Amino acid sequence: MKDIYKNTGNKDTRSGFGAGLLEVGRRNPDVVALCADLTGSLKMDAFAAEFPERFLQCGIAEANMIGVSAGFALSGKIPFAGSFANFITGRVYDQIRQSVAYSETNVKICASHAGITLGEDGATHQIMEDIGLMRMLPGMTVINPCDYNQTKAATIAMAAHHGPVYLRFGRPSVPNFTPENQIFEIGKALRLNKGSDVTIFATGHMVWEALVAAEELEKTGVSVDLIDIHTIKPLDKKAVIDSAHKTKAVVCAEEHLVSGGLGELICGVLSREMPVPVEIVAVDDRFGQSGTPAELMKAYNLDSTAVIDAVKRVLKRKL
Amino acid sequence: MLSIEKLNEISSQVRRDIVRMVSMAGSGHPGGSLGSTDVLVSLFFSEMKHDPTNWRRDGKGNDIFFLSAGHMSPLFYSVLARSGYFPLNELGSFRKLGSRLQGHPSVEKGLSGVHIASGSLGQGVSVACGAALAKKGASDENSVFVLIGDGESQEGQIWEAAMFGAQHKIDNLIAMTDMNGQQIDGPLKSVMDLGDLKAKWKAFGWDTFTVDGHDKEKIIEAFRRAKELRGNGRPKMLLMRTVMGKGVDFMEGTHHWHGKAPDKAQTERALEQLKETLGDF
Repeated sequence: MKDIYKNTGNKDTRSGFGAGLLEVGRRNPDVVALCADLTGSLKMDAFAAEFPERFLQCGIAEANMIGVSAGFALSGKIPFAGSFANFITGRVYDQIRQSVAYSETNVKICASHAGITLGEDGATHQIMEDIGLMRMLPGMTVINPCDYNQTKAATIAMAAHHGPVYLRFGRPSVPNFTPENQIFEIGKALRLNKGSDVTIFATGHMVWEALVAAEELEKTGVSVDLIDIHTIKPLDKKAVIDSAHKTKAVVCAEEHLVSGGLGELICGVLSREMPVPVEIVAVDDRFGQSGTPAELMKAYNLDSTAVIDAVKRVLKRKL
Repeated sequence: MLSIEKLNEISSQVRRDIVRMVSMAGSGHPGGSLGSTDVLVSLFFSEMKHDPTNWRRDGKGNDIFFLSAGHMSPLFYSVLARSGYFPLNELGSFRKLGSRLQGHPSVEKGLSGVHIASGSLGQGVSVACGAALAKKGASDENSVFVLIGDGESQEGQIWEAAMFGAQHKIDNLIAMTDMNGQQIDGPLKSVMDLGDLKAKWKAFGWDTFTVDGHDKEKIIEAFRRAKELRGNGRPKMLLMRTVMGKGVDFMEGTHHWHGKAPDKAQTERALEQLKETLGDF
């Protein structure tokens, strides 16, 4: 499987967002971009340079940025509002709830530096609750792509999707392994490896870790059905149920708290539709801390080793 | 263009609508609604360019109004219905299960005239900034209006929007503050004094005017002046001095009627003071 999904060189997913934004800017004159004093960090500077009249600097005032975005959207524009995940979800939850989700405005909420891999800045900036916060909002689409190419494709796809979207991506350079110029289908899970003994549902940066884990597991004779859940909401329930039906054992992996995350979401579906043992690789009810992204992924059990251990646990529980 | 006399007739009827809607619903916010009636009637029936029967959410080719202080929904709904946005009899459904006239304005059920949900305070000026910039980008010569409360101005987001409006030279934006000096827990001065609001908005770079919010001639004159100043690179703030509960003697000037419905006897007493000029819904 590594022949198909081969790392073509490490890249940060935020640069995938920046590249996608520039491309949709060129394709669609209705696209506008807003940023709260993090233009370079969000890789929005190429868009800002090419389309200065369609780029709005909002300063360190995220609540206002969400409202302005809603005003643009109801006027027929397609605003992409960018900041760090912490500042564009938790800090402005009520603004998103009322002016975006409840008001059904076509705002694209673009969240960089999500999760613990934000790294050295520490827990004040490392949000691991954002998927839960955003997926609780009625009508909100939640996308968490796994690499540069997929983030770029998702950015392009969400411009064509009418309705509020939360796009989550990250800071560090990570393997880029999905196809260049792929067509991103919102709500359609992507199978990265076909297997029969255990299913791994992974999202975001954890997809690569799951891929490494699956390769190791296959060497020991464990057949892994590996599925990239890039769209958390709407969840591809059919893909989840079908795979669980086949393997009867599930591991979920995500760079997020257990609370509100992908694992809980999948447990909710499977408990009703296809009860099978599930193990969750995620952070359990604690904040992050300073460290390099790689150190933190290891320290918080968010790496391929943690995925392999979870697979071993779930296989023991398999009936 | 309607005469002041005619506008006053409309105001009287709108105030009746407010009292009756809140009374029938058994809940709602009469105080602020009655206080801003003259401002909103002047806007909708004299100043604003709008097309109620061909309303579009994107507001293209027309002025746009946003109610940021969403609890003034009885006033907003009455003015919309009396302008012809939706049938008058729908006012009777205010706050009832399944109604398009939610306790606070909503777009979910597609009520003509409502561009954005509001109620959680402080968000409307930001939304208006976005809509006004979109108009400028589309070379649409029309204006964007937004009404906030003075109590609402305690929300930090208002001042984020104040900075943004000046920075981006949003001179087609005309904001209004309902300066009734009251909020739920009491007079602003004792709850959280805003000090000199005029100086504050001015310091933020806005053209700022203080207006008697019950004198329709003055209100209309202020709208005209604000529109004339379009193109000067500065957003406009009209500080409307109003009396909460205006038009109903026992509701005037007190925070006690911010969010309370009158009982049967109180409703009758209130309606005796408000002439039925256009026919009740």
